[in-house]
This record gives sequence, C-alpha cells and structure tokens, in this order.
Amino acid sequence: MSVNITLLVVMAALFAGGIYLLLERSLTRVLLGLILLANGANILLLSAGGRAGVAPLYSEEIAADAYSDPLPQALILTAIVISFAVTAFMLGIIYRSWVLGRRDEVQDDMEDRRVASQGSFDAEDDADVPEETTEFTPLEEAEEAPGSQNAGVLDLPSEPKEPR
Amino acid sequence: MNIASLAPLAVVLPFLGAAVAFLLIRHSRSQRAVSISTLSITLILELFLLQNAAEHGATAVFIGGWMPPFGITLVVDQFSALMLVISTAISLAVLIYATGQGMTDGDEDGPISIFHPTYLILVAGVSNAFMSGDLFNLYVGFEILLTASYVLMTLGGTTQRIRAGVTYVVVSVVSSLLFLIAIGMIYAATGTINLADLAVKLGEIDPATQMMLHLMLLVAFGIKAAVFPLSFWLPDSYPTAPAPVTAVFAGLLTKVGVYAMVRTETLLFPGDRINTLLMVVAILTMVVGILGALAQSDIKRMLSFTLVSHIGFMIFGLAISTVVGLGAAIFYVAHHITVQTSLFLVTGLIERRGGTANMDRLGGLAKLSPLLGVLFFIPAMNLAGIPPFSGFLGKLGILQAGVELGTPIAYVAVGASVLTSLLTLLAIARVWNRAFWRRPEDALHPDPILLATKADGSAVRTSQRVNSETTGRFSGRKPVNLLPRTMVGPTMGLVGLGVTLTLLAGPLFEISDNAAQNMLERTDYIEAVLGEGSAP
Repeated sequence: MSVNITLLVVMAALFAGGIYLLLERSLTRVLLGLILLANGANILLLSAGGRAGVAPLYSEEIAADAYSDPLPQALILTAIVISFAVTAFMLGIIYRSWVLGRRDEVQDDMEDRRVASQGSFDAEDDADVPEETTEFTPLEEAEEAPGSQNAGVLDLPSEPKEPR
Repeated sequence: MNIASLAPLAVVLPFLGAAVAFLLIRHSRSQRAVSISTLSITLILELFLLQNAAEHGATAVFIGGWMPPFGITLVVDQFSALMLVISTAISLAVLIYATGQGMTDGDEDGPISIFHPTYLILVAGVSNAFMSGDLFNLYVGFEILLTASYVLMTLGGTTQRIRAGVTYVVVSVVSSLLFLIAIGMIYAATGTINLADLAVKLGEIDPATQMMLHLMLLVAFGIKAAVFPLSFWLPDSYPTAPAPVTAVFAGLLTKVGVYAMVRTETLLFPGDRINTLLMVVAILTMVVGILGALAQSDIKRMLSFTLVSHIGFMIFGLAISTVVGLGAAIFYVAHHITVQTSLFLVTGLIERRGGTANMDRLGGLAKLSPLLGVLFFIPAMNLAGIPPFSGFLGKLGILQAGVELGTPIAYVAVGASVLTSLLTLLAIARVWNRAFWRRPEDALHPDPILLATKADGSAVRTSQRVNSETTGRFSGRKPVNLLPRTMVGPTMGLVGLGVTLTLLAGPLFEISDNAAQNMLERTDYIEAVLGEGSAP
C-alpha cells in the first residue's frame, strides 16, 4: 500500500500539536488539542483507505481498483459528527467552569489532596482504647472518653454538636 | 422467524423511549412511565435473547441486509446476551431508584427532567456496545454511552461536578481517539473492521504488526475499563455525580471496557502472547486499587477504589484464558455489576439518612436504621467474597483456574487475589465500624440529623419524615421522607438480585463456562457471521 506523503506530514503535525496542547493546564488549549487529535485521526482513516480514485459509483467501464474506497470516508463522517458533538459539550462545560470559578484551568481534587496530606494516624483505628468501652458505664464517663480521643486530629469544617 | 432477529430492538427501544421521554419533558409523570416501561420491555426481550443464545449459540443480524463483512452486524452470543440482561436489569433498578428520589424531593422541573432521556440513551449505547459485531460500531456504541455519561456526570453543573466532569470528558475523549486511531490502523493492515472477518484475517498478517494493533486496542480499552495504570481518572470523577448516576456508571461503564477487552483477547488475538503482561497488570490493579480504598474516608471514594481493584480479578481471569478461568471471569463480571451498583445505591441512602457519605462523620446507623444495616451488610460481604455469596464463588473459580495454570506469575496473582479480598474485607469493616456500629456521638463532627430526637427524647428512626425544625439540611422545605419506599425498594431488589446470583450460581456458571468455551474456540461466533465452514 502506498502512502500519501503530504497527508502523512499533515497528520504528524496535527498529532504533535494536539498532544502538546493536551498537556497544557488551560482547558481551552486542551480542547484545541483534542480537536487537532481528532482531525489527525480522521486523516489517518483517510490514508487507511489507500490512494485516491474515482467516485465509487458503479460503472461497467471502470476497473475495480480505480475506485476510491468508500468505507473510510463513511467512518470519517461519523467520527466528525461525534467529535463535533463532544467539542460543543466541552465548550459548554468550559464556559460553565469559567462562570463558576473565573478559571479556565484543570483544577485539583480537594478530597484527593486532603487524603494525600493526612498522617498515618487514624483516630478510630489507632487511638488508645479508653479503659471503659462498655455501653453500661455511667453517662458522664462515656461522654468524656470519645471527646478527648478525637480532639484536634483532623481539621474539618466544624459544625456545632447538638446536645442529646 | 427467530427471536434473535429482534436483537436490534435492544438498541432501538431505548432510543425510541428516549425520544418520547424527551418530548414529554414537561410531563414528568408520563416521562417516568415511558422510561420505566421501555426498560422493562427491553429486559423481557433480552431474557428471550439469553434463552435463545443459551440454546442455539451465537446468532447474527445484518442491519439493512448488507452481508458481512460490508454492513453493520449485530451478534448475540451467550456472553453478550448475559451482559445485556444483567446491564438492563440493574439499569431498570437504578432508574426506579432515581425516579423515587426525584419524586420524594419534588425536583419536578429544572435540569433533572433531562435525566430520563439521557439515561435511556446511555442504556442504548451500552446495549449497542455489547452486541456490535464490528469495531467501528463498537466505537459508536462507546461514543453513545460516553456522551450520555458526560451529561449525567455534570448534571446540575455545580462546581464539583464541572471539575470532575472536565477530567472525565478529556480522559474519555483521549481513549476514544486512541480507539479510533487503532481502527484506522487495523483497516489499513487488513482491509476490514468486521470482528469475525478480522478474526480470520488478522492471523495472516505480520506478528509484529499484530502485536502493535493489539496493544493499541488494549490501551484504549484499558482506559475505559480502568485498569492500572490507566485507572487514575475513575476515583477522581465518579464520586461527585448524583448517587444513582454513580451507581450505574460503576456497574456498567467499566464493564463495557472489560467486555471489549475480553472480546478482542479471545476473538481477534487468540493465543497467549501478552497473557503475562495482562497478569502483571491484573496484580497491580488489584493491589494498588485496594490500598487506595483503605486511605479514603469518603464511602463513595472508597467504593470507587474497590471498583478499580476488583476489575483486576476479571483481568486475571481473562489472562488465564482457560475455559474455567474465563468462565469464572464472566461470572465475576455479572456478580460485580450487581454488587457494586447495590453498594453505591445503599451509599446514596446512607448519605440521605446520615447527611454525609464521609465515614468520619457518621455513626449509629445500625441502631437508627437496621434495614439500612442489612442492605449494606449483604452486598458488602458479597464484595469481600465471604462464603456462600456469589463473590466467593467467582473468586474461587478464578483462583482454581490460576492454580491449575501453575506458572510462577499465576501463583503470585493468586496470592494477590487473596490479599485483595482480605483488604476489601478490612475496608468494608472500617465503614461498618464507623458508620453503623459506633454511637453517633463518637463521630468527629456528626451530622445533626444523626443526633436529632423526637419530642419525647427518642431518636428519629428510619423512614420518618424530618422537617425543618430537626435539621438544617432540609430547612425551609416541606417534611422530607429520609428513606422513601421508592428508593429502598429498588435497592432491596438489587441486593436480592445479588443473593439470587448465588442461588442460581449453578445454571449461571453453566452459561458462562459455555460462553467461555465458545469464545475460546471462536468457530461459533465466526460461523454465525460469515457462514458455515468459514472459520480457520
């Protein structure tokens, strides 16, 4: 199978530019990167169909290998429609992200950061067991033990405890 | 006429339902009726398809009368029929749960009305992916379900969901592009994209080219199936979505990726050239995933990590590629879809009842709501693989096949599986101890709703209405039922389905072993598409 060198070069440029932009932190550039990659993939599909020929409309005079291969073109059409829809959706959420936070960037997952920064000590699993763990102790003692055990271990946004 | 020729309806019906539900966007009651009845009919149809596939093996439908390898082919064999039935069953349960949630909270208008049509499109995409007989149709199926999932993931457009949604969309689009590029290369190398035709022709090309195409497909499907090291995106994005959406994503989306991997490994690239690689990947997926689960304090995130970890079991079963191993992996997929979905639904109920899904802030749920305790306990034990549940049976099958294989790496994987099961039990026990057993006062910052009392001083219990005086969460709204029957009912149904899988393990293993046998032999599938005598 022969390969069209122009298509090959264009495809390489699209892929290289696409991957470069994809690695940026700005969402608009990421989107542009995805668009370039999608177009690179479409050109790849096009060159997968072999060299260009006449339109694939059957006629008895034309030899079988003179036609273009119609299948990759059908695939490209579908792929274009799909990437169009995804691009529109991406633009929507990028705009939404901008409206909400005035930021056009990939943001960190705060819960992930919190889990990563927590120490190996876990109040529930590792704290010393209070001497009296039975449920049948007088109320005052039972009140004290858990409170002192948990104090100051984690800094969660606190909500006031309601009295029982 | 054979029932198998109705197979396209499994895709067409949800699409039609989605169209009708979209037209009825202002009439939420009829919208619900349409979407639930559509899925019910689809489920009944798929049960017939499963019965037909179990009796007669693979059958193919040629869309538009274009004979293979030119047109679009839909193929239903035992594996895809089983996946269809399980996926539609759990979609239906989650739909009823979501409807119940919407009805109870009175979210009659707003973006929630888009939920039903989008959800049905998701189901159509999943069914299309399970049945498609050519690579490009598989790609289209993936795109349908992914696009629907983008919308569901960012439902409501809050800051958290948009943040998670961006990561999810970009990662999914990149994996789809890799898949598309792989399709282009496969077409260039073989001149066909029909799976059965490829099964014949791929064997004839240069082994090095084969290996490259194989690895490209593997990476594309590995991202979708969340296989380590391609699983990083999943625990980041799933937990922020609404509970029913997370549940259906956890159940279905990664399993479509696993399905695609199983299909390519058995049909397109038979043999054991990369089984060692798969085995290593399976070990890492299991161990790294479960270690991540142990670090979490949010139940949804913890479950997302166990989801990643247990994908490893399926990959291990696939890497063994004997009838016993593959059969057990198929059984395990069915089991895991059910159990993981029920756990996420229960977590939705926990969040509702306890005000948060952060286990540091929960407590006393076993006493406040014993029913919730039972609903969590059964699938949790099932996930950890405690006998006699189906999780135990599936793992036992995979371990048995691993030991039979007897290579050193297989023994390491067997050890990793056992370790992962034990650590899963530990992760589950942590949730149980914190959220259910300890008293709510022992929690770090217990949600006021856990400490709420009635006028006479007794604790507010299950399914009681809470109004603005007892808690701030629902303040300013009419009294809210914390555990409405429409949400508990479907959850109970799914937990029940998980138990039923245990009771029906005999016939189910028969189907999955049979499916594995046919997939490893390949002739059944290829001859169903290309006709008698065409298999190599």
